Amino acid sequence: MTLSIKPPVKTVKRAAVELRQPGVLQKGYERLGLVGTAAAAVLLVIVLAAVSAPVLAPYDPDFPDLLAALGGPTAEHPLGTDALGRDILSRLMWGARVTLAGPGLVILLSTVVGTALALVAAWCGGRVDTVISWVLDILFAVPGIVFALISVAIWGPSLLTVVAGLAVAYVPYVARVVRGAALRERNLPYVSAAWLQGQSGVGITFTQILPNVQPIVIAQAVSSLGFAVIDLASVSFLGLGVQPPTADLGLMVKSGFDSVLRGHPGEAISAGVLIILIVWCVTVIGDRLTSTARSMR
Amino acid sequence: MSEALLTLTDVRAVLHSRHQSQSLLNGVSFSIAKGEALGLVGESGSGKSLTTRAVTRMLDPAFEVSGSISFDGAEVLSMGPAELRNYRSRDIGMIFQDPRAHVNPVHTVGDFLTEELVRNRGLAREEVEQRAITLLDEVGVRYPERRLTQYPHELSGGMLQRVMIASVLLAEPRLILADEPTTALDVTAQSDVMAILDEQRRARGLSLLFITHDLELAAACCERLAVMYAGEIVEQGAHVYESPRHPYTIELLGARPSIDQRLERLPVLQYNRDIHEQLKAEA
Repeated sequence: MTLSIKPPVKTVKRAAVELRQPGVLQKGYERLGLVGTAAAAVLLVIVLAAVSAPVLAPYDPDFPDLLAALGGPTAEHPLGTDALGRDILSRLMWGARVTLAGPGLVILLSTVVGTALALVAAWCGGRVDTVISWVLDILFAVPGIVFALISVAIWGPSLLTVVAGLAVAYVPYVARVVRGAALRERNLPYVSAAWLQGQSGVGITFTQILPNVQPIVIAQAVSSLGFAVIDLASVSFLGLGVQPPTADLGLMVKSGFDSVLRGHPGEAISAGVLIILIVWCVTVIGDRLTSTARSMR
Repeated sequence: MSEALLTLTDVRAVLHSRHQSQSLLNGVSFSIAKGEALGLVGESGSGKSLTTRAVTRMLDPAFEVSGSISFDGAEVLSMGPAELRNYRSRDIGMIFQDPRAHVNPVHTVGDFLTEELVRNRGLAREEVEQRAITLLDEVGVRYPERRLTQYPHELSGGMLQRVMIASVLLAEPRLILADEPTTALDVTAQSDVMAILDEQRRARGLSLLFITHDLELAAACCERLAVMYAGEIVEQGAHVYESPRHPYTIELLGARPSIDQRLERLPVLQYNRDIHEQLKAEA
């Protein structure tokens, strides 16, 4: 009997060295997960509709057609008309612009100021940190709406005064989270290494610490955006924010409120649902970003 | 001996806390000549790292430091902020035990190497990058061009320590402080990294303060050794490794396990704080 020893069949496959960088979409999906991506897609549709309202909206949002007032959904008015006969769909699209831009501005302002304060507090430490933390604690104690009301009381009701008031109210939320993260980074060895390279305190804060806390800053900003949408809509609902006839979702809930009693809930419900949808999307994305930022630490 | 570059005279560091004061450096004095390497050895907690932190002025403000640290005639302990920055960035370079913790994970290796020189010394980025590539090549990093665009997590510990050495050499300091630069690396990487550090230092005529537990390593690449115990230098000089005189050093060198004979138990140092105090009192 001959024993034939077969050499093992070698299947040396050259591992295809693919150094493909993950695309933006893939990275986004990895960070947001399925639900987060869905929320982002919905939000994107809303934002696109809002941005292109001047082109896409079927009617002038402020044009009253009293003969068609309080009409239900028809082919001409897919979501019906309000008490003044204005097209609800068009008003939703225009209103979403204000409802998104206002809180966006609030978050932009409060994030910039809050991050700056937090970095200064974390870097300087000692008395500077104590004073900044005190001020933040005091701001924390006051609800955001109250700041908006104070601002309205001083400068009169308008979108910008409310935005200014809310921006102040949102500073401590950003600052507290960023300060904590920056304090942690500041004590890591790479900071002393940068110090030993002869970098300045300002340089280290901006080039070493800020990039490391940036995911947390963004996550916090997006999470706060949902609250800002609600706050701003509430103030508008109270009649202290955006003034009629400008379309705004909070304002539409309020003006639709009267029609509800007359048996036409379309305006209030559609505006309310859109607010909820925006807040849900933003909150889900914010939550995902927050947990991703945490897991990166 | 040639001119001294770094001279420590009776450096003391006292840590003040609310309830007590503890003296952690008790009069450390040594000097390093230009182009000379001094090995600072001693057991854990003897004050080796504390000494380098005093030299770099990186001690926590809770420490009260006295004595004199003079670098090329300038008193380090009384430097103002601007002078101190200049001293840190141009005169000294530091290599750490754990390279991974000492690089910012969000910056590329290229940024880490060039950013400081581009921003604070106003050198052209292309020029610095070229020098960085040359240096990375010299310290044994392969594909140096590609490394510049990589992030620290893509490099191994040994590779990263070479990058650290390159970053220090790039700044062209006159004194390198190396705080256990090879402790976190495996044995082969250790000898490579040490050989590179030694070779580059000699080629450039730089001074080196080398801190280590490893007596043989220190003896091999340093002209002189200084042995620390309890915040003091008990013995220093070129003779230490071959013919130690201080009882602690004798015992320390005697405690090294030998490869030729198998021991049942490893020797334990009999030297302790009491003997130390007694010896000091007698002297």
